[in-house]
Amino acid sequence: MNTAKFSLIMAAIGVVITLIAHAVGVDYLYFASYTILQFIVLATAWNILGGYCGYVNFGSAAFFALGAYSSVFIHKMFPLPLPLLIVIGAVVSGVVGLGMGYLTLRLRGSFFAIATLALAVVLQTLVVNWDFVGGSRGAYIIRPEYLEIGSFKIPYIEYLFILMLALAIIALVTARTIERSQLGFGFATIRDDELAAEACGVPTLKLKLIATTLSGAFMGMAGAPFPYYIGYLQPQSAFGLEYAVNSIAMPMIGGTTSWIGPLVGAILLGTAQQYATVTISSAVNLLIVGLMLVGFVIIAPNGIVGLVQERLRRKRS
Amino acid sequence: MDISFDLLINAIVAGLLLGGFYAAVTAGISISFGMLDIVNIAHPGFVILGSYLAYFININLGVDPILVSIFMLPVFYALGALIYQVYHVSFEKRGQDALRGLAFFFGLLFVTEVSLILVFGVDYRYVEASYIGPSIHLGIIDLPLRMLVPCVAALALFGLIELFITRTFTGRAIMAVSQDQLALQLQAADPIKIKRIAFGLSIAVAAVAGALLIIIQPVEPSVGREYIGRVFAICVLGGLGSMPGTLIAAMLLGVVESLTATFYGPSWAPAVAFGFLLLTLAFRPAGLLGR
Repeated sequence: MNTAKFSLIMAAIGVVITLIAHAVGVDYLYFASYTILQFIVLATAWNILGGYCGYVNFGSAAFFALGAYSSVFIHKMFPLPLPLLIVIGAVVSGVVGLGMGYLTLRLRGSFFAIATLALAVVLQTLVVNWDFVGGSRGAYIIRPEYLEIGSFKIPYIEYLFILMLALAIIALVTARTIERSQLGFGFATIRDDELAAEACGVPTLKLKLIATTLSGAFMGMAGAPFPYYIGYLQPQSAFGLEYAVNSIAMPMIGGTTSWIGPLVGAILLGTAQQYATVTISSAVNLLIVGLMLVGFVIIAPNGIVGLVQERLRRKRS
Repeated sequence: MDISFDLLINAIVAGLLLGGFYAAVTAGISISFGMLDIVNIAHPGFVILGSYLAYFININLGVDPILVSIFMLPVFYALGALIYQVYHVSFEKRGQDALRGLAFFFGLLFVTEVSLILVFGVDYRYVEASYIGPSIHLGIIDLPLRMLVPCVAALALFGLIELFITRTFTGRAIMAVSQDQLALQLQAADPIKIKRIAFGLSIAVAAVAGALLIIIQPVEPSVGREYIGRVFAICVLGGLGSMPGTLIAAMLLGVVESLTATFYGPSWAPAVAFGFLLLTLAFRPAGLLGR
């Protein structure tokens, strides 16, 4: 299936989902599925660097929060329409990703991972000390009740949901396109043996920088509408560890080698968490995610997709 | 001018005391990351676990926290050896340590933190001991005992580790495994066993570091995250696995953080470590005393 065909199918699925959601018309459904879609974007973004290139980013929360806080900043300066904010969030997070990558990716792989962990702490320090975006008190963003363009009028939460759905589709299409392009093969050589790749003339640093920038940009996009969703943005919630953990756990549990893995992982874990948060408690459900992550990397290194592929292969032979 | 001079001296002294403590926290990382090349980002998690055990026994039985941590050494050693065994079988042997090994330790860190939250809640906890509170005054210099005692204990611990590594057979084997695993194998020593001992040791040190941490400041489960940037910054700056380098780097970071906290406000202090880390990585990735 070529990319154009795949994009069309994904777009069609998106439209169908939107129509179904509109027909049901329950606000909670929008709130819950927004979170899951947001995790699809985060998991896919993480996987572009982590799964394809083999470089671990522990700072997903930092890139996500960068997107969210650039929205808050611009909202306070001169309100712009949300799609523009998403683009700005992508640019900010992408540039930070590029800078981080440039400083640390020339060294051993683990340095990048450590630096991303530290990045989250430092950005949080900056935001806590920056009064204009609310400091440690947090910032309020009043979400309009409805989105009105001329005579067209829909509830704002539905608008947010549709935006996030579109982002998720864009992220998935991008990931799949990369996977099948020369870029993706380049990424795979880095993951398998960076030294050999370098020796064969693969421009590894350049490819890694492309991956970090893209990955960071998508995380920023996922974060940009977040202040409007949550209404009250606080450093603690924007930099929450659950974003970092989930965006690693979802691809790892789903499977890191293809675009389907993060999608499966995000839907599965996202839905389970929505359910567990309501019925048990949010701390317990985070514990479950952590244990599942540890269990999966030990027992099923290729995730659910890997398990299914293995079963199919066995059946065939 | 006099007042700010006093302030400056005291900030530097406080920084050195803090640095001594940082050295103890980083010692474990210097062994696991610096020597064994295992990126154990869960290390601060074990430090916090050590803090909570010290707290729990101190509050219920009234035992001195440092004493508790010494009794905890074998337990943490065994835990470390066990974790290494799992890590080795699941990742190192299969050559998957880069991506999945990191995710494994990240998962461990997270599980430790959330479990502590579930058991103890998110309130700050602290210990009671006779040396928490009073200070020694030497002229214009204040030496709070709650900083001095951990610093002295940390330096003693640090000295013991350095002695162990440079003087004993096992210690030298650990150095050897960090340099050339194959060569060690050809000498009929089992590198996996040596690594297991070394990793056990690194986690055991975390027990003591945890007890020292809860003497210095009240602890809640997520405090560990602040230490990730710090310990790795110190470890990298010190030159990955060089014990003297680690000590110097720890003191340096302690002083700079203390100066930042005194003159710009404590809320900026966490950013210092990251600045250090990035500058080191950008300009001198081999560290101060790197090989």
